[in-house]
Amino acid sequence: MTTKNEPGKTYLMQGNEAIVRGALEGGVHFASSYPGSPSSQVLGMLGHIAEQMGFRAEWSTNETTALQSCMGASFANGRSICIVKQNGLLVQSDTIHCGALGGIKGGLVIVSSDDPDSHSSTNEFDSRHMAISANIPLLEPASVQETKDMIPYALDLSEELEQMVLVRVTTRICHGRGGVELGELPEKRPFTPIGEWDRMVGINWLHSFLLEKLERAREAFEVSEFNHYNGKPKAKNLIITGGTGMKYVLDSLEDLGIEDEVGVLSLGTLWPLPEKLITEHLADAEKVLVVEEVDPFLEEHIAAIAGKYKINIEIYGRNDIIPQIGELNPEVVTKALKEFMGIEDEKAPACGGEGCPAAEGLAIPERELTFCAGCPHRASFFILKQALRREGNHGVVMGDIGCYTMAGQRAGQYGYHFMSCMGSGISAAEGLGQLTNYGFDQPVVSLCGDSTFFHTVVPGLINAKMNNANILHIVLDNSATAMTGFQPHPGTGETAMGYETEKISIKALCESIGCPVWEADPFDVEETTQLITDLIRKDGLKVLILLQPCATLAAKTRAKKKVWVDADKCRGDNCGCDRYCSRVWGCPGNIWDFEKDCAAIDEVVCVGCGVCAKICPAKAIQVEGGEE
Amino acid sequence: MNTNVVICGIGGQGNILASGLMGSALVEKGYKVSVGETYGASQRGGSVMSHLRVSDERERGVLIPHGQADIVVAFEPVEALRILRVYGNPDTKVIYDTRPAYPLGVLIGEDEYPALEDIAAEIDANCSESYALPATEMAVEAGNAKVANIIMMGALAAMDEMPIEPEEFFMALAQNFKGKVLEMNKEVFMTGYNAIKEGRGK
Repeated sequence: MTTKNEPGKTYLMQGNEAIVRGALEGGVHFASSYPGSPSSQVLGMLGHIAEQMGFRAEWSTNETTALQSCMGASFANGRSICIVKQNGLLVQSDTIHCGALGGIKGGLVIVSSDDPDSHSSTNEFDSRHMAISANIPLLEPASVQETKDMIPYALDLSEELEQMVLVRVTTRICHGRGGVELGELPEKRPFTPIGEWDRMVGINWLHSFLLEKLERAREAFEVSEFNHYNGKPKAKNLIITGGTGMKYVLDSLEDLGIEDEVGVLSLGTLWPLPEKLITEHLADAEKVLVVEEVDPFLEEHIAAIAGKYKINIEIYGRNDIIPQIGELNPEVVTKALKEFMGIEDEKAPACGGEGCPAAEGLAIPERELTFCAGCPHRASFFILKQALRREGNHGVVMGDIGCYTMAGQRAGQYGYHFMSCMGSGISAAEGLGQLTNYGFDQPVVSLCGDSTFFHTVVPGLINAKMNNANILHIVLDNSATAMTGFQPHPGTGETAMGYETEKISIKALCESIGCPVWEADPFDVEETTQLITDLIRKDGLKVLILLQPCATLAAKTRAKKKVWVDADKCRGDNCGCDRYCSRVWGCPGNIWDFEKDCAAIDEVVCVGCGVCAKICPAKAIQVEGGEE
Repeated sequence: MNTNVVICGIGGQGNILASGLMGSALVEKGYKVSVGETYGASQRGGSVMSHLRVSDERERGVLIPHGQADIVVAFEPVEALRILRVYGNPDTKVIYDTRPAYPLGVLIGEDEYPALEDIAAEIDANCSESYALPATEMAVEAGNAKVANIIMMGALAAMDEMPIEPEEFFMALAQNFKGKVLEMNKEVFMTGYNAIKEGRGK
């Protein structure tokens, strides 16, 4: 669908697909990314069509390398797109600032996907601030169609200004679908040779050029078709929206029957703000409601514009009548509009929320997140907890971002003490571990996944080595970037376009910097628990790689062994194990047969890893062909 | 014309594929369609829902306001109830698969899963029409438990509020599947479609 050469034809597209199509219509030569939800699918899709469409698509080891690769392509007048999530944009911060100072040649667009309400993130950081800090133009689409249209526009603008352009999208765009009318697919443009005296350098004497480019962007934005006005002309009650705000506002105004009483200015060009356009609308208004995702970004800059042009006006938004945290939705927007317009609530909502008659019915169970059936992380955290308990000291476990972050919950025996950004565990553990030389008396363990290892852990490990850290670092190597959908990384041996590439060995890399390395299988419960116990007792920096592929990946290639409970051996609640398999181990495949009062296996869910058989005190769980 | 449909279930049941197919078929017919998907980090085992909004006027926001679902399609009984409470109103119609999927808290023994007849009673008391359809069983009979989502789309297409004919849905299927798989999907779609037309499970 994204590659169809059918200009004018409308397809239902996901926002992430619209980014792909936009990149094609913009004639990209190069695309790169490190996966992060909600935009993790974009580069995978680009990788699949890159060969056919004649461009290069790459998964990068981290977001910084991804952006720098794009800058390289841009130097030869190639067009490039870099796709990241909000955290990835922050990882790129230095590169964006230095890159913006130096400027670019071929169009370069960074698409940053924010996750308001943190559906699949640890935070809801707002990418828009980066544009101000780095002095680069910022766009945000209000619909899936605009997402597609904005990418080629941003590439053109970027090239015209010789500056990178940031496009901010949010989860409701990336994971939303809407009609997209296809545009033309352009012919690929040839590259321009780089002359002996051509330069792309980020240095302070270019500071004034940086600001001039921004002013030229402002002029273009004053007349941009991505800013629209709907509703009453010269409205006294003005609503200004950014991104997804527009559709929620239009829907709510219609529901409230007041679409003719207010004006709606939807902005798609968010930095630098089109001051003339905004002041023209502010001049007619008495009060303004700003509806945007996450921070009061537009709200505060519109207030600054009003102040600068001496426009006396009331401005509302995220600082008052819209909650300061969480994503926009029809309920939040409708409530804010009522307050803004002074509309009284006539009756309790028909359904949902407090006062709804249906809400007082049956108690229904929540669906909490857990590791998948057969997940190696469940075994790793079970073992780690056992080993630390043996020491009579629960130790300190420090980690970062991946599926294993769920270890902070029941799924992983509440096995985490510390978690911050990607790669945070190793260096935080290094610092804490140094205190053992000064009287701190707890074992310190740090953790990372295999993709994270390559992303940001390597410099931390080198730092730990150089400083003679006293820690055990565990790499939970499941041979996958599992959380975001199994994208290739340097250890998997393939690239985004499906080519083979030499696998980089985590073990060899650690050994090359002089770290002693052990490898073990988390499914060998007893042996690995003993190994961890031994390693915790050893002084210095130790690396343990726990190898076992992600269960979801393994299920595709490995024959499933049948696992069952021998009802004669299971002593049920009389065992005294307190249902160790289903309650403590907690795999979705381990269930309880309430009629027979004994353990059972859910055959649909079980993947046949057989680890529960090893921990059952009554040896009641049987595995086809015996254990191992 | 505006129709709001919530399609809900558990990660892995094919909810998102189903709503995408239905949405694509409606766009092909010229309708303005928006779909919002809520799954976040809950691909595996968590609650998943799609909001499908069909209009002949304009493309709406991707989220249906509370209390404004015309139809709730649930791939699991407790999920039907969970969604109906928030998005339903007395005129809402409900189609739900009767096979429960137990959450972790229930498996561990900390939470209780309500009795199916109690769930049915509460659904019936809070909507205008309900269809309890054993879609997973029907899918297993047809040879593949995974096609329950397509059976449910057949059931949805049979509702008067949905401006779509089976042949039009088949065109969207043909964009995604070929050969035997396509034929099977068409067949099971019709079993869901006919079940509703015959008033099964009503």
